[in-house]
Amino acid sequence: MLQLTDNDILPSKAEAEEFERGLLLTTLDSLVNWARKSSIWPASFGLACCAIEMMATGASRFDLARFGAEVFRGSPRQSDLMIVAGRVSRKMAPVLRRIYDQMPEPKWVIAMGACASLGGIFNTYTIVQGVDQIVPVDVYVPGCPPRPEQLIHGIMLLQEKIAKERPSRQGLFHLPWRRTA
Amino acid sequence: MIAEILKGMVTTFKHIFRKPVTVSYPEERLPLAPRYRGLHMLVVGEDGMERCVGCELCAVACPADAIYVEAAENTEQERHSKGERYAKVYKIHMLRCIFCGYCEEACPEEAIVLGKQYELASYNRGSFVYGKERLMTPLAEAMKQRPDLHADW
Repeated sequence: MLQLTDNDILPSKAEAEEFERGLLLTTLDSLVNWARKSSIWPASFGLACCAIEMMATGASRFDLARFGAEVFRGSPRQSDLMIVAGRVSRKMAPVLRRIYDQMPEPKWVIAMGACASLGGIFNTYTIVQGVDQIVPVDVYVPGCPPRPEQLIHGIMLLQEKIAKERPSRQGLFHLPWRRTA
Repeated sequence: MIAEILKGMVTTFKHIFRKPVTVSYPEERLPLAPRYRGLHMLVVGEDGMERCVGCELCAVACPADAIYVEAAENTEQERHSKGERYAKVYKIHMLRCIFCGYCEEACPEEAIVLGKQYELASYNRGSFVYGKERLMTPLAEAMKQRPDLHADW
């Protein structure tokens, strides 16, 4: 059996300091994460038939408002999440990237449906084979088109992902007592 | 004018007492249509034999080219299916797949069937390549999702 010594149990000075700093920041992090994950406002980026299911998800039957994500914003400046719903043509790709760039940090992307995730059946030169060639994708939702439940499941996965993030480490919010590099 | 407003408000208040149409999804789920097509299952028979004989007809029928099959010969020592061959490698790319069910239609052995599971979202692209280990389903479990399957094919 493995015997534990005092050195294994007692934290070193550096570790204790890290713990103290961590305790405050993880609490702050979880608060920020909670706020972020319970109000993911999507930018409306419906490109094809998946957008119909996206609209159904927002409507009263499935009611995305239960997850605080019902406010489909017309402006990328006000949104946190881009649900790419539908096939992205080569001509649309720069537009999509531009919309993504205009969104303020922190931002997330859900590739909804086979076409947005991988091109689907459109394995041609006109369709971007996966939207992750242009923007970083957080959650892929397969289906053609996915049911509203599948999209909600994707959003729940995204919420889990947001809950695991450490905004203080990523420098995504400013702490007054910390000097910015 | 007030009468009209009241008339309108009566309609509004009536809706308060109606049953809400919302399905709170993770807790309660809508019943699926009997012909709903979800995640694939590669049926393994009661005797432990895979039904798939590696004919690759599903891969040919797939409009999205999402299925990859590599067949191998059955030997006397190592027998996986009742036919001459079996699928040594069977992969479906779930992101490419459009769940049209053509593979099921093409399959002569009722080996690849589409079940009812639909929660497939994930974080990375690599995890969507479903190999045999994730697709193979015992017949009894497959029958739970698809009661129309034949027990003695």
